Amino acid sequence: MVDIGAAEAIPSAEVEDVELYHAKSWVTKYVFCQDAKVIAIQYSITAIGIGLVALVLSWLIRLQLAFPGSFSIITPSNYYQFVTMHGMIMVIYLLTALFLGGFGNYLIPLMVGARDMVFPYVNMLSYWVYFLAVLVLVASFFAPGGPTGAGWTLYPPQAILAGTPGQDWGIILMLASLILFIIGFTMGGLNYVVTVLQGRTRGMTMMRLPLTVWGIFTATILALLAFPALFVASVMMLFDRVLGTSFFMPAIVQAGEHLKYGGGSPILFQHLFWFFGHPEVYIVALPAFGIVSDLISTHARKNIFGYRMMVWALVSIAVLSFVVWGHHMYISGMNPPFGFFFATSTLIIAVPTAIKVYNWVLTLWRGDIHLTVPMLFALGFIVTFVNGGITGLFLGNVIVDVPLSATMFVVAHFHMVMGIAPILVVFGGIYHWYPKITGRMLNERLGQFHFWVTFLGAYLIYFPMHYLGFIGVPRRYYELGETAFVPASAATLNVAITAAALVVGAAQTVFFFNVIWSLFKGKLAGGNPWKATTLEWQTPQTPPGHGNWGKELPVVYRWAYDYSVPGAGQDFLPQNQPPAKQAPQAAPS
Amino acid sequence: MAIAFALILVLVVIGSVLFHVLSPWWMTPIASNWGYIDGTINLTFWITGAGYIAIILFMAYCVFRFRHQEGRRAAYQPENNKLEWSLGIGTTVAVLALLGPGLVVWYQYIEVPKGAAEIEVMGQQWQWSFRLPGKDGLLGTSDPRYVGSGNTLGLNPSDPNGQDDVVIDGGDLHLALGKPVKVLLRSIDVVHDFYVPEFRARMDLMPGLVTYFWFTPTRTGTFEVLCAAFCGVGHDAMRGSVVVDKESDYQAWLQKQHTFAELSARAKKVNLPQ
Repeated sequence: MVDIGAAEAIPSAEVEDVELYHAKSWVTKYVFCQDAKVIAIQYSITAIGIGLVALVLSWLIRLQLAFPGSFSIITPSNYYQFVTMHGMIMVIYLLTALFLGGFGNYLIPLMVGARDMVFPYVNMLSYWVYFLAVLVLVASFFAPGGPTGAGWTLYPPQAILAGTPGQDWGIILMLASLILFIIGFTMGGLNYVVTVLQGRTRGMTMMRLPLTVWGIFTATILALLAFPALFVASVMMLFDRVLGTSFFMPAIVQAGEHLKYGGGSPILFQHLFWFFGHPEVYIVALPAFGIVSDLISTHARKNIFGYRMMVWALVSIAVLSFVVWGHHMYISGMNPPFGFFFATSTLIIAVPTAIKVYNWVLTLWRGDIHLTVPMLFALGFIVTFVNGGITGLFLGNVIVDVPLSATMFVVAHFHMVMGIAPILVVFGGIYHWYPKITGRMLNERLGQFHFWVTFLGAYLIYFPMHYLGFIGVPRRYYELGETAFVPASAATLNVAITAAALVVGAAQTVFFFNVIWSLFKGKLAGGNPWKATTLEWQTPQTPPGHGNWGKELPVVYRWAYDYSVPGAGQDFLPQNQPPAKQAPQAAPS
Repeated sequence: MAIAFALILVLVVIGSVLFHVLSPWWMTPIASNWGYIDGTINLTFWITGAGYIAIILFMAYCVFRFRHQEGRRAAYQPENNKLEWSLGIGTTVAVLALLGPGLVVWYQYIEVPKGAAEIEVMGQQWQWSFRLPGKDGLLGTSDPRYVGSGNTLGLNPSDPNGQDDVVIDGGDLHLALGKPVKVLLRSIDVVHDFYVPEFRARMDLMPGLVTYFWFTPTRTGTFEVLCAAFCGVGHDAMRGSVVVDKESDYQAWLQKQHTFAELSARAKKVNLPQ
């Protein structure tokens, strides 16, 4: 048995204190900064900034679907460009960057009791390469022919052929931007992993790490193993486009003209893409799993239920996520017996995922539930995640996928499970840690309003959308037009979905107003407003200063979930609080 | 607040169920032998739906019952091995109940019955063409490099099996009611997907490969074909029709179609005066 909750002083290897880089000028302090906390803010602002572009694009997509042909600026080419850029930005440049670069940078050093990431200079480089990737992406909007409209999956041959928007420059810039992103991410990712493995303070064993760190840690390992597949696929496609190689290009006759390609395999690209693409789902989901575990535990004043099972569920999901990619390709024409394997592996992954859900709701059981704003978002996450998770059981089961694949059912499924669910966690996380980052609380009333509109509105967008898929409405259609099997009432449904989407999008201004207003006028937070146990709330200063911990690193005596321990006076015991009996000699300082 | 929250969760569940029951939107009436696919979807729907309802209602109960009140203190219970394992095993059983039937139907899906007639669907931006094997019952070989005037499908001109193939370029595909067909799919440019919602069965057209699926039409009528794999700006206009006929109507239609040999002879004639 591991010492779950048992508070004892763990004599672990001495952690040498590190010599930090101290910024000497404004530029090294705020621009080319090596402090993980500042880098986290840079990552977050950049990711959310480009995410707002994706939000506006989603509005344009929804306007076209509800009122086809009513807007002269939304041509078929533009529509597919909007769809492509919306998807790519949301998955890669917003969610991946925000969870790992944003939350990862801010929380890992603080939660493991380190002064900073282990390679601060590389960490700084990581952000600036990411920033460059975003610039290249944005540049494609202004390039001749505009950004690529190949769909975020960039399937060849169409992605690099005439007939797809952005064939001139858009696709080249897209691939270049992805390559840069992966380079930047790798620098950051190595940092996160090594910091968790090597930078933990005394007493912080792996099995005492908060689940937030576990989630980000496993997601980062996934990303380090998955992104190289996208990297090589991007380089190969770039060669096909620019140098005329045929990695992914078979013999093609387009519009009567015989092209100079031949012998390549478009399905190879799909394998490479989804070998990255499926783990990518978990790169976004696992940090959300971790963060939501900590939010629920803290605000229900109860230890997370089944901590070790939660850790092993994270690890097994991570491992399994590498052997399920084929479920995106059931009807691609890959060897049909593969369907047996991928359906089995995909449905197996539902078991550890379900266990996580059970443990979240069982943490609520016999808790002392404070419905703070972070808690509201955490509970909203469970609803949308379970909803999106069960539709995954449809699409994962190969034969059920056959009629539903590439319909609006798929769009509804992945938005619910890896769009709305993780974004609710992002918001929950921001409401939760904003007081630590700024020293002030976000306004609660505005937060509640923001939650209700976002949560209920998102449910109204995506729950009915599944039914469009059941009818058989395909995705990536500029205009459905007259289609015999689609009833006229489906158009009404599309208008309703668009109305909800516009409201949810507009409601985000309340959030941004709150973030800016509270920076100056928010209630002062103090060091530990939520009475939380984890180390980031125990810093000597709030916001934490350079080097995080003052003179001495904290020493950890217990796991991250000592809430409502019987016999303890208060309902939480911080990780660095020595056991009561040994208190006199335990504190080494 | 807690009471309101719990109530709203309950309303979300009730609303979702009512939406399912009352809304007019569900699968289009089936027109093929793949009733088992619908059966598997329904099975999945009810098993997962029950799980969803149970979890959200349990959550609503907890939020209400264990809401913060003066003097409440949470229980301290790090683990419960028995409960965790039984939930895990229960979930595994439910998942197997979905997977088992699913894999059985998938096996039927990829095993083409003997005697299924082979037909070919060819896609290119942004239109459908079709080919039937002709009197010899065999489709001739093909390759994109043969595509040219009078040979829009790229049939091998020196393959004797291909000469009597019936080529339908720009018209509707007709199928005979109740006869199983193996559909061979081929693209000469980008990825397409032959999607007729009423048939349930489908597959992508992957350039460089010949893919397949099979089904038996069980209802006469005209069914719309949509492309369901993004294939460029004309994607949504890539439509076609499949007409399922009674045998006599089918034969009458077939008589009016042209073979590859006829079409290539005609193309030569047209080209001669130039």
